[in-house]
Amino acid sequence: MEQTHTYGDTPYHPRWLRRRVSTYWWLWKPAYLRFILREGSCMFVGWFTVYLLLLLAALLEGPLAYELFLAWSATPAVLIVNVVTLGFVVFHAITFFQAAPQAMVVRLGRARVAPQTVLLGHYAGWVVVSAVVAFFLLGA
Amino acid sequence: MLRRHPEPLLWMLFSAGGVVSGMLMPVLVLLFGVAYPLGVVDAPTYDGLRALVANPIAALVLFTLCALSFLHWAHRFRHTLYDGLQIKHLNEVIAVVSYGVALVGSGVAAYLLWQLS
Repeated sequence: MEQTHTYGDTPYHPRWLRRRVSTYWWLWKPAYLRFILREGSCMFVGWFTVYLLLLLAALLEGPLAYELFLAWSATPAVLIVNVVTLGFVVFHAITFFQAAPQAMVVRLGRARVAPQTVLLGHYAGWVVVSAVVAFFLLGA
Repeated sequence: MLRRHPEPLLWMLFSAGGVVSGMLMPVLVLLFGVAYPLGVVDAPTYDGLRALVANPIAALVLFTLCALSFLHWAHRFRHTLYDGLQIKHLNEVIAVVSYGVALVGSGVAAYLLWQLS
């Protein structure tokens, strides 16, 4: 059942001999596991986007639907999912901002802005954005 | 014939989505997903939240967040299945389904925010 070797399937190219890696390769090392958790964070980003759309739909429907949405959000299953989601979106934010200095080279005139400054800029932006959102939502 | 590949654009949207969702989502999940349901802070009133969402700037921010987050999800999901779990034979189907879901989701967000404005 398990193939030990497989051939590359690129047409018009000499065939490669490749060792087949187990589907569960990411369980071999903590660094691999961290990689798959980082990639997996996108599922929670997706879930919360759907959650936001459900909230908007409830708002559009009326006050009763909004109350029902709030009650549903407090049910144990949804609450547990959202607590896990919070952990993953924070992990996502940190890992994504950490990669930013490598992905973007910012220049001021001829000098390159230090990678640490780019990283700090992202964290500062995160703090400001969070504060502004919290300010408006807690005042609503 | 010179074919333009969508991949660079998709990577750009993926990374824009990563930054926007990274900045906005933690505070939103903390409030709407945890603090309001647990009663740590009072949830916004219906009228208050409705007025906030009707604000054009808030609506634009929300639409950007939803659309880019969906695209971020679609791109990362497709690449994780392809590179991580090596489901290579279904690549086209997975791409069509994931970007399709992202487009439909963005459309729904636009419709809801438009109706709420």
